[in-house]
Amino acid sequence: MIWNAFLLALREIRRNVLRSVLTILGIVIGVAAVIVMVTLGDGATRQVTTQIESLGTNLLMIRVGQHMGPGQSSNAPPFSLADTVAVGRDVPSVRAVAPSASQSMIAIVGNSNWSTSVTGTDNAFFSVRNWTLESGRLFSDGDLQGGRSVCVIGATVRKELFGALDPIGEKIRLKSMACQVIGLLQSKGQSSMGSDQDDLVLMPLRTFQRRIAGNQDVSLIQVSIRDGESTDSAKGDLERLLRERRHIRPGEQDDFSVRDMKEIASMLTGTTQVLTALLTAVAAVSLLVGGIGIMNIMLVSVTERTREIGIRLAIGALEREVLTQFLVEAVALSSLGGILGILLAIGASLGLAPLLNVPFVFNGGIVLLAFCFSAAVGVIFGYFPARRAARLDPIEALRRE
Amino acid sequence: MAADDATSTGEPAPLIEFRAVTKIYGAGLAAVSALDGVDLVIQQGEFVAVMGPSGSGKSTAMNILGCLDTPSAGSYRFRGIPVESLDRNQRARLRRHYLGFVFQGFNLLNRTTALENVELPLIYRHTPRAERHARARQALDLVGLTGWERHTPGELSGGQQQRVAIARAIVTQPSLLLADEPTGNLDTARSHEIMELLAGLNREQGITVLMVTHEPDMAEYAHRVIHFRDGRISDA
Repeated sequence: MIWNAFLLALREIRRNVLRSVLTILGIVIGVAAVIVMVTLGDGATRQVTTQIESLGTNLLMIRVGQHMGPGQSSNAPPFSLADTVAVGRDVPSVRAVAPSASQSMIAIVGNSNWSTSVTGTDNAFFSVRNWTLESGRLFSDGDLQGGRSVCVIGATVRKELFGALDPIGEKIRLKSMACQVIGLLQSKGQSSMGSDQDDLVLMPLRTFQRRIAGNQDVSLIQVSIRDGESTDSAKGDLERLLRERRHIRPGEQDDFSVRDMKEIASMLTGTTQVLTALLTAVAAVSLLVGGIGIMNIMLVSVTERTREIGIRLAIGALEREVLTQFLVEAVALSSLGGILGILLAIGASLGLAPLLNVPFVFNGGIVLLAFCFSAAVGVIFGYFPARRAARLDPIEALRRE
Repeated sequence: MAADDATSTGEPAPLIEFRAVTKIYGAGLAAVSALDGVDLVIQQGEFVAVMGPSGSGKSTAMNILGCLDTPSAGSYRFRGIPVESLDRNQRARLRRHYLGFVFQGFNLLNRTTALENVELPLIYRHTPRAERHARARQALDLVGLTGWERHTPGELSGGQQQRVAIARAIVTQPSLLLADEPTGNLDTARSHEIMELLAGLNREQGITVLMVTHEPDMAEYAHRVIHFRDGRISDA
């Protein structure tokens, strides 16, 4: 019976191809939108996690103040170079520690200028952040101790200021100082937040403090933990040490924060996931609208086929059988919409993922869910028209022209 | 007819038995009595013509006879079964197993082949596919439409469409064939062909035929003619 009803339904759909297609368009778009949102959202989340993992899961970032983003200004004192030295000396699980202070400014070479971020740090920075040099050299002890005007630049800065020319040995003007390029970093590409990681200039911390910042502040301490050591216990050690050094009394809140990449990753993916959920909810509304479209067309179909229904009832079809026939037709329509939507979504995701720079992550669960949902839409919105058909009075129905 | 009398009780239940059947439409002052205490007995194997002006109650009577409607009062026994006590679905089952309908307007499914139209009642009887095909072909054969199985109603003449409708009505081998003005839309020659066909089915297959008609020529094919007037059977 169901199989017969299914064949009948397919025949009805074929009979009115244009109308059927227009009817299911809402479902197609709804299903496609939901799947595309979830697929791209998954891709973005995956991208964030893999990029953060590539930074090293053993990386800890220590900042002044409690919050990562903008919002709350902190009047907590900055770190000093002595804090960095203490971290490296007193916390045994620390493999490397790099102090840094940054400022964004315009870098000028000849007629070209480029706004970039300038960071003062030391050679530990390269190992903590997994940077390697494409050419040139790292800072020498003399550079670091003497606060010489030398710098290592990222691929973007090189491209903007030097084009294809070899930058090594050339001078960059930063504010009032002229700084000699001694190294070029290997390109890392875009970061998970969409910023360009290669857009940076590194110089010795002492140079930065003397020639640019004019103070002894260290705003960020980046620490990498030895393999096999727990980041949680390292975090505890670091917090204890810094509380002591910063004279924070028991019971008082930290005026600094130690975050590991896992935390940062979950914060970033959390945002992505909330956005994805929101967009998916909006897309799901179009599924509902699609369902109403199906109900509308099924009602029209019942009216158009009143005589057919009358014939079927007169020759002995049960209410249940007529109900099944129309319900199956509605479900066949909506499921067809679901299938087309899934195909469209996979095509669209494959097309959009490279444009948006996120990996394509096939989520079988959401595809299955979207299909089941589209079939359910058929059942829910097909029931009312189907019941109307089943309850027709055969005498009345046969009389209708 | 003698073969049908072989039951041990001697007198078998008549196929159709109306006792004081009344049908009232509407209620209160607007109530209209379409049938007013009709008594009627039809035996298995009869060929009965029903005549009467429009509004005489013959259509109402046919609807009740066809188990599509129920009487407001009185009793209708079909094969001894009290139809007025059956619900909608039980009556549908009764139609499915014992009744065949031929409508004035043919009432075939459009854009559906003759064979599929004839198969329709068998689908609701859950007859297996192969048997369905075989019986539908046989029925089309019987009404002289061999070779037209794949044609849709739009490709058939009126007479052919009515033959398809008759094939659909007899494919289940019903005990009662109800025909509502089967020749109403046909010319004289086609009408006589259809009547010959119905008379033949009655004679050779033993199917009881009950036919509404306006034309006395057509009524002559029947064994018995019933006249309706003002909701009653009149003795014309």
